[in-house]
Amino acid sequence: MKRSSKLKVRWGFIIFFTPVFLWLMLLIVLPHIELLRMSFIGTDFYGKSGFTLENYGGFFKEPIYWRTFARTAIYSILVTFIVLVIALPVAFYITKLAKPKAQGFFTVLLLIPFWVSELIRIYGWIILLRESGVINFVLLKLHLIKQPYEMLYHDATMIMGLVYTSMLFMVVPIMGVMESLDNALIEAAYDLGAKKLAIWRKIIIPYCTPGIMSGSIIVFMLVLGSYLTPKLMGGKNALWFTEQIYNQIIIYFNWNQGAAFGFLLLLMSSIIIFIALKLTKQEFTKVIK
Amino acid sequence: MKIALSVKNVSKYFGDFKAVDNVSFDVEDGKFFSILGPSGSGKTTLLRMIAGFYEPSSGKIEIRGEDMAGVEPNKRPVNLVFQNLALFPMMNVFENIAFGLKRRGERGKIVKDKVEAMLERVGLPGFGNRKIGQLSGGQKQRVAIARALVLEPSVLLLDEPLGALDAKLREHMKVELKKLQLKVGTTFVYITHDQSEAMVMSDYVAVMHAGRFEQLDTPQNLYNRPASSFVAQFVGNNNKFTVKVIKDERGNFYAATDYGLKLKLEGKFDIEQDNTYEMYIRPESIIINPHDDLDKLNIIEVDVKAILFDGGNSRILVVPKGTDNEIVVMLPQNRKYDYLRPSDALKIGWYPSVSVCFKGIGERAYEEIK
Repeated sequence: MKRSSKLKVRWGFIIFFTPVFLWLMLLIVLPHIELLRMSFIGTDFYGKSGFTLENYGGFFKEPIYWRTFARTAIYSILVTFIVLVIALPVAFYITKLAKPKAQGFFTVLLLIPFWVSELIRIYGWIILLRESGVINFVLLKLHLIKQPYEMLYHDATMIMGLVYTSMLFMVVPIMGVMESLDNALIEAAYDLGAKKLAIWRKIIIPYCTPGIMSGSIIVFMLVLGSYLTPKLMGGKNALWFTEQIYNQIIIYFNWNQGAAFGFLLLLMSSIIIFIALKLTKQEFTKVIK
Repeated sequence: MKIALSVKNVSKYFGDFKAVDNVSFDVEDGKFFSILGPSGSGKTTLLRMIAGFYEPSSGKIEIRGEDMAGVEPNKRPVNLVFQNLALFPMMNVFENIAFGLKRRGERGKIVKDKVEAMLERVGLPGFGNRKIGQLSGGQKQRVAIARALVLEPSVLLLDEPLGALDAKLREHMKVELKKLQLKVGTTFVYITHDQSEAMVMSDYVAVMHAGRFEQLDTPQNLYNRPASSFVAQFVGNNNKFTVKVIKDERGNFYAATDYGLKLKLEGKFDIEQDNTYEMYIRPESIIINPHDDLDKLNIIEVDVKAILFDGGNSRILVVPKGTDNEIVVMLPQNRKYDYLRPSDALKIGWYPSVSVCFKGIGERAYEEIK
């Protein structure tokens, strides 16, 4: 009797664990091992392939690569920061100031843009912003400008697009922690003589740090790995590192170089997130909860 | 004596609802003042108006003679100890207490000295580095009070700070809080629904009900001479009798119950139009088996219905013979009546002077007062 019940437990575990294990192994671990292997392989002049560091060396030799890389990193941090600055008051308004009925409404408003695909959303922006677009048309009609102005294909436009696409992923985790923030804490700080800014700096932000960090990690990774928004809204002037990977693999058919780039990107995002967690004294396991 | 806090004809409406209805009182410097009332009586609203979180709909609040109208909570010389204490969980004890000082722009050694002196005062020396989560209920309590007191407010407001503690600790903190108040000499305005807390600690107690002050008096007077039916029920325990007051040919007044008791009363009563009264007698004022020589007593024959043993607070539940109107009687602590059993017959009596009567049918403070 005892034995069979033990067996049952085992079976249950196996049934539930197998899909997870397969998913992780086949779709994530194995491809990455293969990519890692590929990134160290090069083909020499005679068509013979062997171990080389050339793929990584190429990255540092060619300024366009590491400049795009640095640009992507800096802009991702910037976008994350802008998203955070906008998301904090938004989350505060929804969780603390809005009436319960309005809360649901605002949350739906945040969600609605995600009911259409990223591609459609960006085309929406393009319709608004392009030289013959809606905004230019209105401004011309109002005689506010004399000539249509091309608003697409600037860094600023691209950043705006990235902020827009990733806003929800910051607001939701912050709302999660902010809901548990006792209003009495804010009142207590106010009663003890704190001004509004001090309440934000000393009470709300420190309290919400776990939410802020998990939101920031999601947004940062999303932005870093985004491809469509920088390509369509930033155009040729706004290179993004994911485009370099795409170009290497799809256009130049240089899988080895693309794999190396991919690993560099992974390495960078890991390091930046690690530093950010250390700076805010947060633990990864707590933040991702 | 200087007046620390003066509330003048203050009312507060929420829509049509009158939360606080024309309340006035003064608190002298250094006094412990309590506002006692059931939940929903408007006491928290009143306190929040003093703290500055609400503006009064009408009336005036003065702190040390200064009008507080339009003064933000962070600019008022009062501090509030919150019901749930509202200690900042992301800061340690020291940072919590130093919070207000730092907001005033005080820095460095002055802050350190003040915080340490305050920790000493509330009996938590060396606790500065503790996390809030590492403190017990009573310690959190003291940190919350220290955090407010370190700012040396003109008036310290306390919003049922003992509510979350368990009964034993609450008893202990009552005494602690009173001692602390005597030591620091700050004016305390304390709100609570627990009459024992209010009586033990306060110099003056205001009993609040439905937005109004029913009575503002010393704890002794509240207990001995309640001004209304509500106060009689809310402060201490009381037996309630609904009676008709009648007058005999010699001018003496009697209370007649509808089950045939005729009880002597003291004083004069208005029985012209309506002679319905509510009469209250405290369980501790009733004498069990009074000596027959005591002829001025109201003596009635009762049956014991139940023994309510509660250590030093033991009582018996009796009913006048042939009725089921319960009367609670305090047992003396000398164990003289340990032999009593349910359905025993007894005599109980009381002096007419200990009963208090109020005209008309008052509101019930509770469903049942036992």
